[in-house]
Amino acid sequence: MIRNFALAALVAAGLGATAASAETIKLGNVAELSGSGATVGKAWTDAITMGVEEINAAGGVLGNQLELSSYDSQTDAQTSRALVQKAIDDGAFLILGTVYSGSTIVNMLVTQQQGIPQIVGSEAPAITQKGNPFIFRSSFGAHKSMPKIADYLKNGLGVSKVAVSWVNNEFGKGGHDAFVKEVTDRGIEVVADVSSEVAQADFAADVAKLKGSGAEAIFVYLHEEESARILRELNKQGVDVPIVGETTLLNQKVVELAGEAANGIMGHVGLTVDAPNPEIQEFGKRFSEKYGYKADHNAMKGYVAIYAAKTAIERAGELDRQKVADTLHSMTVKVSEVPNILLDVSWDETGEVSRESFLVEIQDGKSVVKDTLPAN
Amino acid sequence: MSEFMQVLISGLATGSIYALAAIGFTLLWQASQTINFAQGEFVMLQAFFVLIGMHVLGLALLPAIALALVVSVVLLGMVFKRVIIQPMLPHGVLPIVMATIGLAILMREMVKEFYSAEAQPFPSMFSESTFNVLGATVSYQDVGNLIVSAIAIVALQLFLGRTRTGRCMQATAQNPAVAEILGVNIQRMVLYTFMINAALATIASVLISPIYLAKFSIGEPIGLVAFLAAIVGGFNQVRGALAGGLLIGVIDNMSAAYLSSEYRIAGPMILLIVIILLRPQGLLGTSEGRTV
Repeated sequence: MIRNFALAALVAAGLGATAASAETIKLGNVAELSGSGATVGKAWTDAITMGVEEINAAGGVLGNQLELSSYDSQTDAQTSRALVQKAIDDGAFLILGTVYSGSTIVNMLVTQQQGIPQIVGSEAPAITQKGNPFIFRSSFGAHKSMPKIADYLKNGLGVSKVAVSWVNNEFGKGGHDAFVKEVTDRGIEVVADVSSEVAQADFAADVAKLKGSGAEAIFVYLHEEESARILRELNKQGVDVPIVGETTLLNQKVVELAGEAANGIMGHVGLTVDAPNPEIQEFGKRFSEKYGYKADHNAMKGYVAIYAAKTAIERAGELDRQKVADTLHSMTVKVSEVPNILLDVSWDETGEVSRESFLVEIQDGKSVVKDTLPAN
Repeated sequence: MSEFMQVLISGLATGSIYALAAIGFTLLWQASQTINFAQGEFVMLQAFFVLIGMHVLGLALLPAIALALVVSVVLLGMVFKRVIIQPMLPHGVLPIVMATIGLAILMREMVKEFYSAEAQPFPSMFSESTFNVLGATVSYQDVGNLIVSAIAIVALQLFLGRTRTGRCMQATAQNPAVAEILGVNIQRMVLYTFMINAALATIASVLISPIYLAKFSIGEPIGLVAFLAAIVGGFNQVRGALAGGLLIGVIDNMSAAYLSSEYRIAGPMILLIVIILLRPQGLLGTSEGRTV
């Protein structure tokens, strides 16, 4: 009896799976849902989930519904690699994530070998420089954003000496190297170069070093939680030189965690929900109504990723992974055609993106867009 | 010079908080041969008790801390002792070690499940404004942390040395059999020790969470450092744990500032190895007899 029942259940499950795969496009989202990157992965995943629901409600892609499965990488590179493989085994047509560069560098080899397009939220320059034909970003690599920051330090702030605090992993090293190159090219001296570890809790010594360096500005390139901790410590030790950052430093979560210590920081942001564009504001409104918190750049990266996937599949015209990857290379999507892509965006042959970005300052716990910078 | 002072003061301030957790280690060891590997999670969990008090019950910071203190003394003091430690005590040290490691995992996962895996901001009791001492910028928060830890430790020492209950606790630690013959209620004294440990963990949590943020995973590094501090200072002396905590706090900061932040954890570890080789009983520990 039990055996018959189990058999029936198995057959039913099998039939269910077959029936589902005929009508759905499976997407595997591998993201940092726990561990030190939980803040990042949650926003990314929530936005993708929202995007998938919207797309399905509007009739899906090429008449097929999307079926999203999310996998928790635990912010661990090896786990993410195993889960990308699992997502592929589960039949994923396309992989979304991871966001942490250290994970992406490892797991993108799996999708490359098996020819599965992968859209990631990672920013380490190396990711699109390895000749992988299946990797695409939904936000800038650091080598695209650092020239904009270096220009701002030199021309906007008139700085000649800068200190840099960075996190010692793939993301941090990529950003650090790009930053140091760009500022040095512009004649700005790096007077303190302080690395820290992922999930580091105590920044007292780091800040003492930055403070004692005589820098005229401090550039912070850490993950969200560590950014909040260092901002609190900078405030605690009474550091009064400008604090400048790139995207993560100006994240809403950092502002929330750092409290008053975040006021006055400035930086370059690839995507911000405070941008004056109506499509972005509309997205921000829907997101916070659905999830009860404010969308950050990671959420926007996720949202752009899912709509990039949708647009690429539609333009490819069929469910052929190679064709979708070819379409994504040199694809340009305008907001006038696809409003949910948020900003006009182009992908190049390496999978790198180009689009406008923003100069932001935190005032009274809110990020205020000071300027819109053209695509480079 | 000012950078050195800065690093020294920050090191002492965080070191004093490590000392609170380390003292808890030595107290439990002294009273009942319990090595509590969930000590870091005890510190982590209190921050969430406070946050629940503030965000769910709508209390202000100080009443929320008071509530967390009571919950902690009951749950992590009395219930922990009665439900986990007492039944395992007759079986020796190892089952307790395993049980507390299991408890640590349970606490971490529960916070992750019921609160979230994300870090939460935690309000500070002290102003974040600063003043200057010998060129170093000192925050009221650092000074406040040092003072509160110092008060807690002095009060504990006075209680243990000057009150009847405190002396009974000392007697229990030194020789439970004789203490019992003399009419000391040993189980009650051990229970007091667990309650004191829970209270110290609450104080440590309230002091460190504004800096480290409240997060499920933050107990691990705190527990490790407190354990190191207790061993370095001497596992069987409260003042040893105090010295160990301060020393580890300062050395951690100094090695991050003057060696390399990549090797910052190496500083305290090297110290630990040197101490174990040269003075296995710890800096201020004694090799015979046990006192609280």
